[in-house]
Amino acid sequence: MGLFGKLKESLSKTRKNFVEKIDTIVTGRRHIDEELYEELEEALIQADVGIEGALDLVEKMRTEVKKRRIGEPEELKKLLKEQMLEILGAETSSLNLNGGKPTVIMVVGVNGVGKTTTIGKLAHNLKADGQSVLLGAADTFRAAAIDQLEIWGQRAGINVIKHNEGSDPAAVAYDSLQAAKARNIDVLIVDTAGRLHTRSNLMDELKKIHRVLGREMPGAPQEVLLVLDATTGQNAINQARLFKEAVGVTGVALTKLDGTARGGVVVAIKQVLDVPVKLIGIGEGIGDLRPFNAREFVDALFETENNQQQAG
Amino acid sequence: MVFSGLAERLQETFKKLRGKGRLTEEDVDLALKEVRRALISADVNFMVVKDFITRIRERAVGSDVLQSLTPAQQVIKIVRDELAALMGGTQSKINLAPAPPTVIMMVGLHGAGKTTTSAKLANLMRRQGRRPELVAADVYRPAAIKQLQVLGDQLNVPVFSMGDQVSPPDIAKAALEQARREGHDLVIIDTAGRLHIDEDLMGELRNMASIVKPQEILLVVDSMTGQDAVNVAKTFNENLSLTGVVLTKLDGDTRGGAALSVKAVTGCPIKFAGMGEKLDALEVFHPDRMADRILGMGDMLTLIEKAQANFDAEQVEKLNKRIKSMDFTLDDFMEHMNQVKKMGPLDQVLGMIPGLGNMKKMKDLQIDEKDLVFVEAIISSMTPWERQNPQEINGSRRRRVAKGSGTTVQEVNRLLKQFEQTRKMMRQLVGMEKNIKKGKMKNPFGLGKNSPF
Repeated sequence: MGLFGKLKESLSKTRKNFVEKIDTIVTGRRHIDEELYEELEEALIQADVGIEGALDLVEKMRTEVKKRRIGEPEELKKLLKEQMLEILGAETSSLNLNGGKPTVIMVVGVNGVGKTTTIGKLAHNLKADGQSVLLGAADTFRAAAIDQLEIWGQRAGINVIKHNEGSDPAAVAYDSLQAAKARNIDVLIVDTAGRLHTRSNLMDELKKIHRVLGREMPGAPQEVLLVLDATTGQNAINQARLFKEAVGVTGVALTKLDGTARGGVVVAIKQVLDVPVKLIGIGEGIGDLRPFNAREFVDALFETENNQQQAG
Repeated sequence: MVFSGLAERLQETFKKLRGKGRLTEEDVDLALKEVRRALISADVNFMVVKDFITRIRERAVGSDVLQSLTPAQQVIKIVRDELAALMGGTQSKINLAPAPPTVIMMVGLHGAGKTTTSAKLANLMRRQGRRPELVAADVYRPAAIKQLQVLGDQLNVPVFSMGDQVSPPDIAKAALEQARREGHDLVIIDTAGRLHIDEDLMGELRNMASIVKPQEILLVVDSMTGQDAVNVAKTFNENLSLTGVVLTKLDGDTRGGAALSVKAVTGCPIKFAGMGEKLDALEVFHPDRMADRILGMGDMLTLIEKAQANFDAEQVEKLNKRIKSMDFTLDDFMEHMNQVKKMGPLDQVLGMIPGLGNMKKMKDLQIDEKDLVFVEAIISSMTPWERQNPQEINGSRRRRVAKGSGTTVQEVNRLLKQFEQTRKMMRQLVGMEKNIKKGKMKNPFGLGKNSPF
């Protein structure tokens, strides 16, 4: 099964829920009417796009329908796909790995979104691509977080720079960067403790880590990845906003996309904050972190059962 | 608008209604549209919202609301009642087994907070006089067992583990046997996170439940969960017959709509709420109070309970006497500060006071607990005599104190000024005591823009 197949498989739940709903809405209808728009809006809301995002999308569809004189309800599906793609952007945003040596990737997010797991997978991928990787265990708060990162490090054959639990995370970040420089490492990934974005003192701590990295190496961290749980609802927008304000998030890693959770929140985040999704986590295996490709994502989301067999 | 919570949104909606003397049916619909929008933005499941709005509309339009002189209040009351009803009505406790040990299984998705919540629950139950044992049955996530062990060590609660090579149902079985032998009356099993659609892992949980026959199967739900919360709750409930729900991460700015959704889908009571990272930050969930809180009516009951649990009664009595005798010194000031600090993170405490919930939004009221460290340092750098006679601290003494505490003279000045203000306020408070008894309490802790607490 190719990459596309795996992505489709993991998105199948999302697709079933979402597309089937859209299908039942559009098929068997003769006209595009108010009720139809309302049902589309509801479907989008249920996909976690959010009420503002849903209203916006439906409004755009309305305009297009008028402009293009679309009369067939079936056409609406294609139109919706088009609109979502326009928001997400057809271009792939990949990780910026050419910002210097080492490229520093700082990973942030609220508690329990899968930061450490994402780092484990990302490190594995980068190493498989021939990059030398070092991990910095700057989550010094949560019990056994350092151990968890070390286990991932062992699996991928990558060294981990660590201090004791409870020590200053900025100091860990500092040491990690010094070590990465000394060892001529390509990519340094710094893990941080999960924190609720509303805790101003913890956000200050995060700013300090960011500052220390930038002071020791101009331009670092080149990437600040915000890890988001795909099951999160509208609060994800607040998370993205506050983390962006604090440490200038450069991209989102959307995790746990392998359940029934919809990717809708991605649309909302791109729409409101213009932060691109760069990675998606589609399974529990070490290789199950993929670059995000909007076209594939939307394609997979809208794939009909028929086409799926041909493509898979 | 994205930032405003459900409470603010509803308040805003009703502010518009509040100005009106009488409501038309269209007015009610307009308000309900806002309620719907607010609830959906709060991540309440779409179908649940639909149902909710229909019920509210029936009551609002059907009753004498429209003729009432205070229709806005009537609508608020209906929304609030229905909200509380939807969340369960009354508080719940842990079901205890007739013959100990009582067994509790903690289940949920990845990252919901099962391990932390297990430890918090053990801590809470021990405070209530139980002898809990924690069981590390998450054999999949790297270092999950270690995490529970570390937390167990911190709490001094024993953690049963058999490594990650034994199947979880076997671990649970062995743990139960050991608990019986060692006289634990409560066994809390931390299971692995899983996808609700993963049949194999669901089967494993069903298997475990059939072996240990738990009194409680608690679903741990991240309060930030979106529309998917209903699917998760439904599947877990169908597979395991849940007995209750624990909501986690409620201390953030999530509007917590998942609470309503999960309750509506499972019918299970929400028993506890995780309110912070510390191990005592697990609170009994009070649906009625939560509804009040969602509607911005404050949460005085929780605050009072917190104060009772954490305030040293004798100390408070002593302090009160000193306040009354106008003999309030910097020593008392510091003690007072420490007592308040014990109640938990200050922004949370503030959020519970009616009327302050909104003010919390203002940036300058963001209280950083680190500021308190400075205050403590400054006071600690004074001599006992200076603490008793703050008005006698002259310029040279101020310079010395600033040096000693690693602060500046300006900061020392500010503190002394704040102290003087607090002292004045205390005097007023004593004068206000009669009013307080009449229920006119406005500012119980002297909280304000320039006060350090």
